[in-house]
Amino acid sequence: MPAELIANVALQGILTGLVYGLMALGLSVIFGVVRVVNFAHGEMMTIASYAAIVAFGAWNIDPLVAMVPIAVILFALGYVMQAVLINPFVNRPEHSQFILLAAVAIIMVNALLMVFGPDARSVLVDYSLDSVEIGPLLVDKVRVITAVLALAIAAGLFAFFRLTRTGRAIRACADNYLGALVVGLNVRRLYALTFGIGSACVGAAGAMMVLLIDTTPSIGPAFTLQAFVIVIVGGLGSMPGALLGGILIGLSEAMSGLFFAPSAKSMFAVALLILVLLFRPQGLLGRKA
Amino acid sequence: MTKLTRRQFAAGTVAGAALLAGSGPFNIVRAQGAKLRIGSIHPRSGYQAQLGLACQRGIDIAPRVLKQLGMGADIEIMSADTESNVDVARSRAEKLINDGANVLIGAFDSGQSAAIAQVAEQKGVPYIINVAAAPQITEQGYKFVFRNFPTAPMLVGDGLNLMKGVFEKSGITPKTAVFMHVNDTFGQSMAGAIKAMAPRFNLPFQIVETIAYDPQAKDLSVEIAKAKATGAEMLMPVTRLNDAILMVREMVKQRWEPKIVMSPGAPGFYEGQFYKTLGKFSNGMITNVPWYNPRSQLTQKLLDEFTKTYKNEMFELNVGFSFEAVMVAADAFNRAKSTDGKALADAIRQTRIENHVMAGGTLQFNEKGQNVNIKSVTLQNLDQRPKVVLPLDIAEDNLLLPLPSWSKR
Repeated sequence: MPAELIANVALQGILTGLVYGLMALGLSVIFGVVRVVNFAHGEMMTIASYAAIVAFGAWNIDPLVAMVPIAVILFALGYVMQAVLINPFVNRPEHSQFILLAAVAIIMVNALLMVFGPDARSVLVDYSLDSVEIGPLLVDKVRVITAVLALAIAAGLFAFFRLTRTGRAIRACADNYLGALVVGLNVRRLYALTFGIGSACVGAAGAMMVLLIDTTPSIGPAFTLQAFVIVIVGGLGSMPGALLGGILIGLSEAMSGLFFAPSAKSMFAVALLILVLLFRPQGLLGRKA
Repeated sequence: MTKLTRRQFAAGTVAGAALLAGSGPFNIVRAQGAKLRIGSIHPRSGYQAQLGLACQRGIDIAPRVLKQLGMGADIEIMSADTESNVDVARSRAEKLINDGANVLIGAFDSGQSAAIAQVAEQKGVPYIINVAAAPQITEQGYKFVFRNFPTAPMLVGDGLNLMKGVFEKSGITPKTAVFMHVNDTFGQSMAGAIKAMAPRFNLPFQIVETIAYDPQAKDLSVEIAKAKATGAEMLMPVTRLNDAILMVREMVKQRWEPKIVMSPGAPGFYEGQFYKTLGKFSNGMITNVPWYNPRSQLTQKLLDEFTKTYKNEMFELNVGFSFEAVMVAADAFNRAKSTDGKALADAIRQTRIENHVMAGGTLQFNEKGQNVNIKSVTLQNLDQRPKVVLPLDIAEDNLLLPLPSWSKR
């Protein structure tokens, strides 16, 4: 098999993996702080994708530009969901949280079906089908742009949690819930803020994703599952872990498609998950509980 | 005023009914006093939704068109969604029958159709398959299952024969080909049929690589990179719709320009959504597939009504075969004069319809319940719509080969 083919496919896998990573980052941030697993994560991403499709169809706004207002809208949606719906469930058993968010996911899928119908939709911008030649490699331009943006957003998020007072306060809530209450932090507001930030990440990822794949209302659960696989591989609650998990899953899908059967791509991603669960249950960059 | 006795009323009613029945055109046989409940079962959500909805449009329009043509019956359409899932298809078929469906029509997908066939056979309710090619469905000895669609070997046989015609007409004969197929029941049936039948057809090209991919794939970049690396002169794809779009999009991105892209018989390239999504890049693709006969009067009538009803939708084979399925059910009902499952199944078995929509001979079923008279044509996407280019007697345009480069489409 030619080396340039392997390099080309590997690079495509890494670039796609970075966008997967951004999607999973939102899930990881929310779980790391609020300790609630967002089972409506993929569906929220699908809402963002449809928002990008509407913005492009109605006003011809490039999804990479629409990404900013869409992230803001998803932030608001996440904030309200946490403040109104999820906060009362924070201290309830996990199965109650699961049922709540699974119900939210079903409502979202069906609402999208009612509004947009089941047809697959996509956005075709001028550069959608362009490729960039890098030496012997031919790389999809959209993948390069979205991967760079995903990295930039992730870097911004790291900086926010490390360098700002609010970010440090959120981390304090995650590290020691009781301690955060004792020092007077408004934990419920910070939880809502965190859920909003996680949702904004998924909003940005959803807007970018319409440039890579076609969107249907029913695609959400597949994304939720994929985000789960990524954060478990990377380490639940670890932000660098989510990005690493995304890259590994993207790469494993690409390489297994090349060297084995393309139809077995998901199988290899799940096999990687099982290996991680067996030998490093906390995930590659996760901390032991 | 004279009082009407019960006997006089009964006699009058019978006489009136007889008069009404006798006044109808006697060349049309109608089932008296009953309504035919047709259970239309298709994937109307999930990844096959667009194709299931196309089938549904053919079903929905049929009662009205048949009535206008004097072939109508009192029909009620009951619709169910399989959600593109085999298990859901099975349970929805049971529910339709429990709710009173006399005939089932569906289901676009082979896996779902096979599941529905089992239910229909158990319950003794006729099931007319409008679109599904897996051969095993009509090889089970079922008595209530009928298929007005070619099996995978029929599709492949016609498809490979027409390929030779395309090579002859264009003067371009590829020496190598990549076979890419969706990895579901239909794709596997087609792959099996091609593997078994290709040696018999003495094809001029060698299949250098076979690539199977996930039917719900969100990205085909690896698959296309692999196919491109073989340097094959022809791409022979067996796709659904979404993957056909992904495939062409990725070919443009990776600048892969095989001399010919020709499907031996599969959906995807001729669907409305394919043209809407890919625009000029949809041009040039060839599909050998059963198609409507553009010269048939019934096709023209149906096409007119379809265009009036669904202004933004495309009339294609899913619509045509679905319409024909309702026509078969209505015709059988009119002859059987009953909604009893066995009577309807017997009547369907005796079907002989000469004037129909899809290309091919008389619409009739063999002892296995299979219509073996359906014929494929060669379609090529030209001016962003499918046009018949072979056989020449029903051709709408000339074959365009070799394909222009992506930048010149």
